[in-house]
Amino acid sequence: MDLLSPIKDRYSERRIFIGRVVLTSVFATVLLGLVIARLVQLQVFDYEHFAERSLGNRIRIEAVPPIRGLVFDRQGRVLAENLPAYQLELIPEQVPDLDATLQRLAALELINASDIPRLKDLSQSGPRFKPVALNLRLDDEQIATFAIQRPRFSGVDFRPRLVRHYPQGEYIAHAVGYVGALSTSDLEKLDPSRYAGTTQTGKTGIENSYESLLHGYSGYRHIVTNARGRRVPAESRDLKETLPTDEQPTPGDNLYLSIDLDLQALATRKLAGRRGAVVAMDPWSGEVLALVSAPSFDPNLFAVGMSQSQFQALQQDTDLPLFNRAVRGTYPPGSTIKPMLALAALETGATNLERRTVCYGVFMLPNTTHRYRDWKPEGHGEVDVHDAIAQSCDVYFYEISNEIGIDRMHDYLSRFGLGATTGLDVVGERPGLVPSKEWKRRAFRNPADQRWFQGETVIASIGQGYMLATPLQLATATAALATRGVRYEPRIVAAWENPLTGERTLASPVRLDDVELENDSNWDTVIGAMNSVMQGSRGTARAVGTGAPYRMAGKSGTAQVFSVAQDEEYDEEEIEERLKDHALFIAFAPVDNPKIAVAVIVENGSSGSGVAAPIAKAVMDKYLGYDDAAD
Amino acid sequence: MPLTETQRVLTAKAAPLNDFTRALRRLHLDGPLLGGLLLICGFGLVVLYSAVGENMRLWLNQVVRLGVALVAMLVAAQISPEFLRRWTPWAYLGGLVLLALVLVTGEVGQGARRWLDLGIRFQPSEIMKLAVPMMAAWYLHDRPIPPRFSQIMIIALIIVAPTVLIARQPDLGTALLIAASGIIVIILAGLSIRLMLALAVLSVPGAYVLWNFMQDYQKQRVLTLLDADSDPLGAGYNIIQSKIAIGSGGLFGKGWTNGSQAQLEFLPERDTDFIFAVMGEELGLLGVLSLLALYMFVVARGLYIAIQAHSSYARLLAGSISLTFFVYVFVNTAMVTGLVPVVGIPLPLVSFGGTSMVTLMAGFGILMSIHTHRKLLPQ
Repeated sequence: MDLLSPIKDRYSERRIFIGRVVLTSVFATVLLGLVIARLVQLQVFDYEHFAERSLGNRIRIEAVPPIRGLVFDRQGRVLAENLPAYQLELIPEQVPDLDATLQRLAALELINASDIPRLKDLSQSGPRFKPVALNLRLDDEQIATFAIQRPRFSGVDFRPRLVRHYPQGEYIAHAVGYVGALSTSDLEKLDPSRYAGTTQTGKTGIENSYESLLHGYSGYRHIVTNARGRRVPAESRDLKETLPTDEQPTPGDNLYLSIDLDLQALATRKLAGRRGAVVAMDPWSGEVLALVSAPSFDPNLFAVGMSQSQFQALQQDTDLPLFNRAVRGTYPPGSTIKPMLALAALETGATNLERRTVCYGVFMLPNTTHRYRDWKPEGHGEVDVHDAIAQSCDVYFYEISNEIGIDRMHDYLSRFGLGATTGLDVVGERPGLVPSKEWKRRAFRNPADQRWFQGETVIASIGQGYMLATPLQLATATAALATRGVRYEPRIVAAWENPLTGERTLASPVRLDDVELENDSNWDTVIGAMNSVMQGSRGTARAVGTGAPYRMAGKSGTAQVFSVAQDEEYDEEEIEERLKDHALFIAFAPVDNPKIAVAVIVENGSSGSGVAAPIAKAVMDKYLGYDDAAD
Repeated sequence: MPLTETQRVLTAKAAPLNDFTRALRRLHLDGPLLGGLLLICGFGLVVLYSAVGENMRLWLNQVVRLGVALVAMLVAAQISPEFLRRWTPWAYLGGLVLLALVLVTGEVGQGARRWLDLGIRFQPSEIMKLAVPMMAAWYLHDRPIPPRFSQIMIIALIIVAPTVLIARQPDLGTALLIAASGIIVIILAGLSIRLMLALAVLSVPGAYVLWNFMQDYQKQRVLTLLDADSDPLGAGYNIIQSKIAIGSGGLFGKGWTNGSQAQLEFLPERDTDFIFAVMGEELGLLGVLSLLALYMFVVARGLYIAIQAHSSYARLLAGSISLTFFVYVFVNTAMVTGLVPVVGIPLPLVSFGGTSMVTLMAGFGILMSIHTHRKLLPQ
C-alpha cells in the first residue's frame, strides 16, 4: 500500500457512507413517492375515465341486419321468402396455402374453377381475419361433401345465412323483381345506419319500389374484440362486466300483392316461347291481377349470385328476358285504340250512329294519290261505327280521322291515360306517346319536320305512326272503358303487414279523374261494339268469344314492326320472324259487371285476334272461374 | 439484576441458532434478503402466468430461468468479497474486451448488436452491470474517502468507457443503468454535495449534447412522453394503452387473468417491459403497492447489508447493487405509468426473459456473500 496516501479513517468513512445511504434513501423515497402518486392518480382519481376507455377499446358494435319482409300474392301464397342457406367461407389468416386450398375446393366442385382468380384476389385484400364468401349457396350434396372433407380444410367453413328465395321463380320475376348485392351507388342513396349489416337490396319490381317497407331497421349487438379487431367470445374470456344492451333489428313489413299467382302462371305459360306481355287488373280498384313479361328469368339467380357467364347470357339474350315489357315495352297500339277514338268521334260529332261508309279496302285523302290500305284488302262493305269497331274497319276511321283532328284524338286518348305513366307502384314505367301538333313542334328541330300532316292523322287513327303505348297503359285504358270512365291508379301492393303485431294496412285505391262524356249512351255503343268483336257474328275475335258462358268485350290490334336493330345478326328466318306484326288484344269481362280488364301483346305474333285474344280470354276465364273448359 | 449492555449483547449472540438459520449460514445466504427475493419472484410468476396468456410452456420456461438465476446467486454468495475484489480489475478488463468484440463480431437482433456467441450466447453488457460498480469500488477501496476530484475523474473514465461501448450497440437503457450503477458508487463514497449540484446544473447542456447523439427512435420516445395523445396510434400507443390498463384496474383490479387490456392484446409487450401494467390492471392499486413494498424491503435490506459491511469495497459495492436495483424498479414503473420516456428496461425479477435476471440474482448473491463473510463482532 502506498504509504504516502492519507491514512484511511475507517470510522469516519463509515459515517460518511451511512450519511450518503440516508441521503440516497431519501431521494429514492421521493422517486418512489412520485410513482405511487402517479398510480393513485391513474387508479383512483382517473379510474372512471380509464375504465371507460378500456371498455371502449374492446367493445365493438356489430350491426344485425333485419329480416326482409315476405311477399305474398292475393291469396296468401308466398312469392318471396327468406331461406337459410349455407355459405362457404374462408378466413385468409387461417389458411396455410391459399392456392392449394382453392384448387382442392374446385376439385371437389365446391367452388367454380373459373372463380379462383377472383376469390384469390378477394382473400388477399381486406383484413386477414375477415371471412371471404367462396360460395353463397351450397346445395345439399355440396354440404355433405364438405362436411366429410372439413378436417382437411383449415380456415374454411360453412355458415348459415338467410337468402332471398322466390319459390315461384320466373312466374313473378317481372312483378316482384329481385334483390341483389348492395352496391356502393346503392349505399349513397340509402340511410347507412339502417343498412349497416345488410348485404342485399331490392333492385327491380316490388323489391325495389317497396324497399323501405320490406327492409326494416338494422339492430346492433355488442361484441368483444381483441386489439386486432377479431371477435372474442365474451363467455370464454370470462370478462366480468356485462355488455351494454343490444338493440334488436326491426323486421321489414310483409307485402300482400293484388297479383294472382294462378293468373301469372297461366299467362306465363301462354306466352311460353314468345316475346310479349300480359297485364290484367281489377277495373274497379286499379289492383293489378297479373303483370307478366315474356320471356322471363329466374330471379333467384340474382338473389344468390350468379357467375359472370350466366349474367352475360341473360344480358346478351336477344329476346331480352331482363326487359320488363309490361311496363317498359312501348308498342304502337294499333287498332286497340279504336274504341276510344270512336268515343271521341261520337262525342265531337265527327260521326254519329247513322253514318255509314262503304269500305273498298282503300282510302285516299282528297286531292292526293297516296292509298291508305285497310287490313282487309277486299274491304268490309257498308259499315257504321259499331261495325267499324267489331270488324276493325280501318277505312271508316281513316275517313273520320281528320274530322276528329289529331289534337282532339290526343285529348281523348290522354283522358284514358295514354301518353303518360300510369303511376304503378313499380318503378321504371315508360310514358309511351300520344302525338299532337304541339308535340310535333317540340319534338323536331327542323322546321320542315315540325308541321303536322293530315296523312299522319290518318295513320294515327289506327294506332300507328308516332303513337306508342305500354301494355300496362293499354290495360288501364281498357279498365276505364270497362267502368265507363271511372279510373283508378294501377297498384300491385294491396296491403302490408307488421310481422310483429300482425297489424295490416290496406292500400286504398287511388281514384283518378273520370273520363266524362256528354252523352253516356256513347259508352253503350262502343262497349256493345267491343262485345261484338268477341261475340258478334262478324267480330274479329268471334272465334275466341263465341260460346263463352259470360259476356266479354274486346278489341284486337295489329302493329307494324318498323325496324330491326341494325347491329344484331339474324339468320333469314329470324329476320322474317322479327318483321312480323305485333299482335295486340284488349278485353274486359263480364260486360255488365266488369271484374277484370286485360291487355295482351305478343311480339311478332301477326294476328291480334288469332294469337293475343285467346290469351286474354284464358286469363279472364281463369279469373272468373270458367277455366275448367278453357285451359 | 438488569443485564449490562455487554451481557445483553453476549446473551443475544449466544442464543442458539435453529437448523434453518444454520443451513442458511453455511450456504452464505441471507434469510431476509432471500425471503424478499423469493416473494417477488413468486409474485412475478403469478403475474407472468396471466401476462403470457396462460401459456404453460412459456411460463415453465421462466420458472427454469428463475432456477438458473437462483443457482447463479448461490454461486456468487460463495465467493468471498476479498476474492472478488482481487479479481475485479480482470473482470472489468475482460468485460471491456468482450464489449469491443460485440461491436465487431456481435450478432444482430432487432436492429442492435448486443449478443456474443462464445460457445454460449450472452450479452457482455450484463457482465458490466456488475463489473462497473465493482471496478469503481475497487478503485476507491484503499483510497481515502471522500475522493478527490482527480480520483473522481478516473472513476468517471471507468464508467464512461463501457457506457459508450454499450450505447453504440445501441442499447441506451442498459448503458444508462450501468452509468447509474457507477455514479451511485461515487455518490456513496461521499462526493461533495456542492459538486453534485454543479453536475446537476451542467446536466442541462449535457442533455442537449445527449439529444444530438440520440437515434431518431430514441428522440421519438422522449417526444412521445411529452405528448402521448398527439400520436395515439403511433409511438404514443404503448403509453396510452398502458395508462388505460393501469387506470382501469382501479383499487382492486379486474381480477387475475381478467384484464381486458392485457388479455385482448391491447397492451404491447405485456409479458416484458409492460408487465407492471398487467399487474396494475388485474390486481389493482393494492397489487402494485404490495409489489413495490416487497421491492423496497429488498432495497432496504441491501442497504442494511452495505452499512454493516466491513470493507470499503464491500460497502460501496453492496450499496451500488441495492440502489441500482431501485433504479431498475423506478425506471420501469415510471416508464409504464408515463412518467419517463419509454426505455427498454424490464421490471426486475418479474418480466419475461432470463439474461438480466441471472445478473440481478448474481448481484444479490454478492450482497449475501458480503453479509455472510463478515468476521463477526470484532472481539
